[in-house]
Amino acid sequence: MAEHAMYFTDDKARRIYLTKKIISRVFVYLFLSIFALFLIAPFIMMIAGSFISADSFHKFTLNGDFSYLGFGTNELGEANWSFANYKQILSMNNANYNFPVYFLNTFIVAIISTTVTVVTSVLAGFAFARLEFKGKEALFAILLATMMIPGEMMVITNVITVDLLGWYNTFAALTLVHGVSVFYVFYLRQTFQQIPNELYLAAKVDGVSDLGYLWKVMVPIAMPTITTIIILSMMGAWNSYVWPNLVTDNTGWALNGNHSMKLVSNGLRDAFNANGLETGEAIKIAGSMVISTPLFIVFILFRKYIMRGVSRSGIKG
Amino acid sequence: MVPNEMILKGNEVNTEKALKSKLISKRRHHTLPQWGTAWLVLFPALIFLTMFMLYPILNTFLSAFVQSYHYSDSAGSFAISQFIAGVLDGNETDMAFGLSNFKRAMGNGTFLRSIGNTAILVIIEVPLTITVSLLIATFLNSIKVLKGFYQSVFFLPYVTNTIALGLVFGIVFSNTEGGLANVLITKLGGKPINWLSWMADEHLGQAPATRFHQGIVIVLYALWNGLAFKILVFMAGLATIDSQYYNAAKIDGASNFTIWRRITLPLLSPQILYITITSFIGAFKMYTGVMAVYSNMNVTKPAYYFGGADGNDWVPVVGWIYSTLDGNRNNTGEASAASLILLGIIMVITAVQFAVSKKRVHY
Repeated sequence: MAEHAMYFTDDKARRIYLTKKIISRVFVYLFLSIFALFLIAPFIMMIAGSFISADSFHKFTLNGDFSYLGFGTNELGEANWSFANYKQILSMNNANYNFPVYFLNTFIVAIISTTVTVVTSVLAGFAFARLEFKGKEALFAILLATMMIPGEMMVITNVITVDLLGWYNTFAALTLVHGVSVFYVFYLRQTFQQIPNELYLAAKVDGVSDLGYLWKVMVPIAMPTITTIIILSMMGAWNSYVWPNLVTDNTGWALNGNHSMKLVSNGLRDAFNANGLETGEAIKIAGSMVISTPLFIVFILFRKYIMRGVSRSGIKG
Repeated sequence: MVPNEMILKGNEVNTEKALKSKLISKRRHHTLPQWGTAWLVLFPALIFLTMFMLYPILNTFLSAFVQSYHYSDSAGSFAISQFIAGVLDGNETDMAFGLSNFKRAMGNGTFLRSIGNTAILVIIEVPLTITVSLLIATFLNSIKVLKGFYQSVFFLPYVTNTIALGLVFGIVFSNTEGGLANVLITKLGGKPINWLSWMADEHLGQAPATRFHQGIVIVLYALWNGLAFKILVFMAGLATIDSQYYNAAKIDGASNFTIWRRITLPLLSPQILYITITSFIGAFKMYTGVMAVYSNMNVTKPAYYFGGADGNDWVPVVGWIYSTLDGNRNNTGEASAASLILLGIIMVITAVQFAVSKKRVHY
């Protein structure tokens, strides 16, 4: 540390300083590594466990021998791991456990609800950012206030509304009820407001309408924010559990003769419970892995977008 | 017609005004006025907002006070319409308006238990998670090598499915197959613990899991789940602190701890306040995380099982609200009253935090 050299009166003081620095560095990295291990251990367990056989899993528990979790061979020289757990979980296709249907349901819900939310939020964000109209401030204050009310209060009545509309077990209940996100409206309004006014005036001189301006100028400029919203909204649909749990069950539409409106989280949660499947723990872990993998891929591809959006919002799924 | 020179000579504001007046005169004939466009583009959002946010808030609030709220009635789902219909028909049951739903909720042992459970979890989890994430953020901010790697690792739990990882947690703390926690304890010379199972295991000589051991798993999962967002916010706050403060303190010979105590903490106080308030609110509404660690249990009511023989060892308030609602939708009045009590608790605690923070937060 050359710039520090001038502060030290002699070599000894410098050495003490460096020793202290090294000790504190070691402590810092040790602390971070311990917590990193704590956070990453369930993932390691999940990845390793999803590939090994129920037999290996059992032996690992009995002997506490971690080599059973590895991708090695057993005493007979056979491979310790296989895709058997995945095959089993994805081929479950009966009245109560039907992961292909859960996947399809979740994809449909994610796509519809994201489309609806993005369209309504972009339009509303545009109105609040750019247009002048009577009641703008009052409406904005109402929106702000709804963000402070716990969602549970809305859920209670929405469950009833869904029942009365005959929406129980329909895609409408899973998508339209969350058709607008107040947070996304705020986020987009903020992004739109950063676009210089001169662009709007220039577009007006060229005879572009308000909606044309939104579509041709604002949306392209705000694309990073919109991308963030699309990713967060998709992830929200993928992870949603509470609401689908209240408004869906194993009836409704059918695929291959098996009815279900459940989403992946509900399917996973209910599959290994109550009258659930008698399976080894390894296959449950494979189920968790199947649901988590798309999220890992999205995280690797869009880490920057996700972290930026999350630091602004603080909402989880 | 305004002469061109005047527009050019004027300052920016005048130019804008002139352009605007020109635009308005041009537009008036063939396009929608601005307020018209505004309401048009707001329309879809307003429909959803009214139907699924504003009306529910109002209705839940009212249905907590309508004593015999039964939505399936011909009066419709709106609590106040039942009340009005009751008044018009002279039906005394329908028009009864009061606190009976609150009394029923407060007289319910499980609800009272859920408040106690939630309070315990909040008191332990919130300070623990904030302290750990603050330390991690500070340390992370002080290093250069591997910083990006650690940042990604610490953020990873945020992009996972709470149910899926809760199931994995349940298996890690299983007392039978796959119990990583017990494997490690045995290796360190300890005795395996029954963490979560409500059943005694005669083979292993274990009694049913105590509330204490279940609580440890719940808090650990909440910690595991809650660090990522807080670290992210603290890191963003730390990045805005001017390095001049640190350089000045170093020249004055301040120790690392003094620097952290006297510079980092005060300058990070807005983020700390924000995280404290959102953590308290989030922890009071805890539900999915608690339920998820019990995913691995073989019990009869899967969605609303929270440990123990009766399934209510660690039932949280929101868990009680949903199980009451889902069991019988005519319990809506009671569930609404409970949600208002929860709202009240959250509001009081948030107000106290704002009052306390006034002197301590430096903006």
